Amino acid sequence: MIRVVLPAPLRAVGGLPSEITLEVREPTQAALLDALEARYPVLRGTLREHATRRRRAYVRFFACGRDLSHEPSDALLPAAVACGAEPFVVIGAMSGG
Amino acid sequence: MSGVRVLVGTRKGAFVLESDGARRDWKVGGPYFPGWEIYHVKGSPADPNRLYASQSSSWFGQLIQRSDDGGATWTPVGNEFSYAHQPGTHQWYDGTPHPWEFARVWHLEPSLADPDTVFAGVEDAALFRSSDGGATWTELASLREHHTGSAWQPGAGGLCLHTILLDPADARRIFVAISAAGAFRSDDAGATWKPINRGLRSEGIPDPDAEIGHCVHRLAQHRAQPNRLFMQKHWDVMRSDDAGDTWREVSGNLPTDFGFVIDVHAHEPETIYVVPIKSDAEHFPLDGSLRVYRSRTGGEQWEALTTGLPQRDCYVNVLRDAMAVDSLDACGIYFGTTGGQVYVSADAGETWNPIVRDLPAVLSVEVQTFL
Repeated sequence: MIRVVLPAPLRAVGGLPSEITLEVREPTQAALLDALEARYPVLRGTLREHATRRRRAYVRFFACGRDLSHEPSDALLPAAVACGAEPFVVIGAMSGG
Repeated sequence: MSGVRVLVGTRKGAFVLESDGARRDWKVGGPYFPGWEIYHVKGSPADPNRLYASQSSSWFGQLIQRSDDGGATWTPVGNEFSYAHQPGTHQWYDGTPHPWEFARVWHLEPSLADPDTVFAGVEDAALFRSSDGGATWTELASLREHHTGSAWQPGAGGLCLHTILLDPADARRIFVAISAAGAFRSDDAGATWKPINRGLRSEGIPDPDAEIGHCVHRLAQHRAQPNRLFMQKHWDVMRSDDAGDTWREVSGNLPTDFGFVIDVHAHEPETIYVVPIKSDAEHFPLDGSLRVYRSRTGGEQWEALTTGLPQRDCYVNVLRDAMAVDSLDACGIYFGTTGGQVYVSADAGETWNPIVRDLPAVLSVEVQTFL
């Protein structure tokens, strides 16, 4: 079971809970995001570009005190995330006013 | 009982302002979608409870919201705007080829007849249509794939398709405007397009017959005279009496003919409104004095309308989608500013009052009239 924490603006759009739990067979970033978008279609296009599936420029992924934003999408998530000990945190980059 | 519902898009959310036909006392609803840029909110002429809103942010991209109850509740619908075919390139600011990339929806134009059909004008410039209430979107690609498309260049605000006019007399006729490509018309429901920029003159475009390249800021049309179009160009206020085939300048005695908005009185096809802005470098009113100008002659002769508007120390802008008119007997005129004010005139411009003074910067204003 993987825990996901989304930023407030996206939780507000979808009426989503503060923390989401997902079953993911292979704990990679891509599989996790696929599962997240499948559960909540409103998130499609908000974290990753529709066409390219690339992370949007101002979206960042953190877990276990590390910035995972630039990890390959098929890399395994940290073991503590995969087992649910630590959340996978999505944040909006600091920018703008 | 008659009334109006004013739909306001701002840099940080949407607001719904409601009043009865007197337009003196207002109920302010919102913010809806707080923190998000709301480029445009518009209601369906066929079903006034059906509203569409363009919600976007630099962080999380584009969402489209739909309301089926006049704005009381909203549901996110489809947000995938994929260009048809291989998008190719347009020109970048420096003249080099630049890939076509979707940025946001600037304008939503619901069909005049079907609440489930709505058009979206987007940046980078393209026209999309949904026929299922916004669930899915399909590009009308022949516009972007017009032979001039690879030469279109963005204006300072981006390469945006910001104006969509659906002809009330001919369901197959559509007008659009793009900064800074110009105006285009389709006579076959979007299957083919024709640039309609003959007669426009712009500094830096020496060719008087240039098909494209003009920075059109806004088009306006009166329902009773659909072949008569008015245009606020980057500089110049223009008029066409042949559905855009030819244009002539009607700036007349305006103190400056730079500006963004233009609109037409609901019941007088020759009465038009603009808000002159000092210049392309100084986006605020001349002399710090906010003045709406009205022409009752379809241009050329203009009068300043100032009663109730700030006449000193006012340095706001009025953006291209931020003026609208209602269709009550005494036509109401509305506009919003980058300073967060939304003004109403319930007497066709003679006197003005602020409905709200302190919203985030206003991006768009639309009005629904209930007779």
